[in-house]
Amino acid sequence: MPSLRKFVGALVVLGGVGAVAGWVLSAPVKLGPETLAKLGPGDVAKGKRIFYAGGCTSCHARPGSQGDARLELVGGLELKTPFGIFVPPNISQDAKDGIGAWSVEDLANAMLKGVSPSGEHFYPAFPYASYARMNPADIADLYAFLKTLPAVAGKAPDNSLSFPFSIRRGIGLWKLLYLSDRPVVAFPEGTPAPVMAGRYLAEGPGHCGECHTPRDFAGGTKKTEWLAGAVAAEGSGVVPNITSGDGGFGNWSEADIANYLETGFTPDFDSVGGAMVDVQRNMAELAPEDRAAIAAYLKAIPSHPNGYPARKPAAK
Amino acid sequence: MRKLVIAISMLALAASAAFADPILDRQALMKERGKIVGGLSKVIKGEEPFDAAAVLTALQALQVNAEKFDVDALFPAGSDKGDTTASPKIWEDMVGFKAVEDKYLADVKAAAAAAPADVDTLKTQFGTIASNCGTCHQTYRVKKS
Repeated sequence: MPSLRKFVGALVVLGGVGAVAGWVLSAPVKLGPETLAKLGPGDVAKGKRIFYAGGCTSCHARPGSQGDARLELVGGLELKTPFGIFVPPNISQDAKDGIGAWSVEDLANAMLKGVSPSGEHFYPAFPYASYARMNPADIADLYAFLKTLPAVAGKAPDNSLSFPFSIRRGIGLWKLLYLSDRPVVAFPEGTPAPVMAGRYLAEGPGHCGECHTPRDFAGGTKKTEWLAGAVAAEGSGVVPNITSGDGGFGNWSEADIANYLETGFTPDFDSVGGAMVDVQRNMAELAPEDRAAIAAYLKAIPSHPNGYPARKPAAK
Repeated sequence: MRKLVIAISMLALAASAAFADPILDRQALMKERGKIVGGLSKVIKGEEPFDAAAVLTALQALQVNAEKFDVDALFPAGSDKGDTTASPKIWEDMVGFKAVEDKYLADVKAAAAAAPADVDTLKTQFGTIASNCGTCHQTYRVKKS
């Protein structure tokens, strides 16, 4: 009996140590002064490019918005995932309901560290796991551009998540596993400049990997199957393999990819669909060399077979 | 005699069910639509010279194709099952789906009726027509493979 009591005692102590360690490890961490010093003054025109590369409006505009209404970032879209429903918030310039009162440092902490001005974790449905790879100066440019957009009042509904995902603090542990500012695909010295520029756009602001890469049990992207396509995390169906591996688009040329991002048409004139429609509309706003860079990157990354299970033959 | 009539009518039924597969029919129409749009796109990108007569023929073919797109016949109840990428949302929101298709047809008709005389006019009309492709596929198609 004493040995059992000892064992239980040890478990309690261990559990306590674990809980303390978990609490410490899961604490939100903001950016250090050396990163904040790199923010710079911010440039509206450059920020517009980052805004469209980042696709902010795809999630933060009122659902179904067209034209200029896509610049009213009032939030409210429902992302239905296995973890629950995520609702992108109001990020318009409204001081009360939006982010009009945020400083540029606040935006940088949100996008690069996933931490809110009040020091809470954001859920990674907000794709800061990708944005973390961005240059601080681009965040400052984006901030300058966001300042030119309208203030729209109205709070979006709260997330509706199932336990244990409803505990925000747990995201701190998730960040230890998945949050890094390092690029995903390593390229050797002397890799052509467009590939490197495309890597920045695709892995950072463009956050292609968030939908096109399969996720592990904890919801992190599997870097070993980068951009191999995935079962849609939100909605239904699959997100295509955009490597040149089996099932991917190895038969597309760089020009085909760039044209798709500009016009929404595949080489055989099928059209863009699903969540990619909004993405493509954003990509169409970029300069041709940016689309060409993304295309060059996609043709240069490692090939993988499809990151989702083969389609079951139709029951007849 | 009665037995024979029943047998024949059953055969006819089976035959019509075998031939009129709405999934194959609508896929064939979409394929054809893509081909015509692809041809027009070459002109817009300057890969092929602008030829007013050829462009008009293409636009008219696009109109014939769009007019054949009878939603009730091509998307009957139950045809969401099988080898199809049609989203269940089509049947949940038939009115919305038809509205998108109607707008597409109207845009194609307007372009064909206007018979564009230069590439810039065609560009504008093509942009209007093509925007419908994404709008419809955003909601009413599900990628499965």
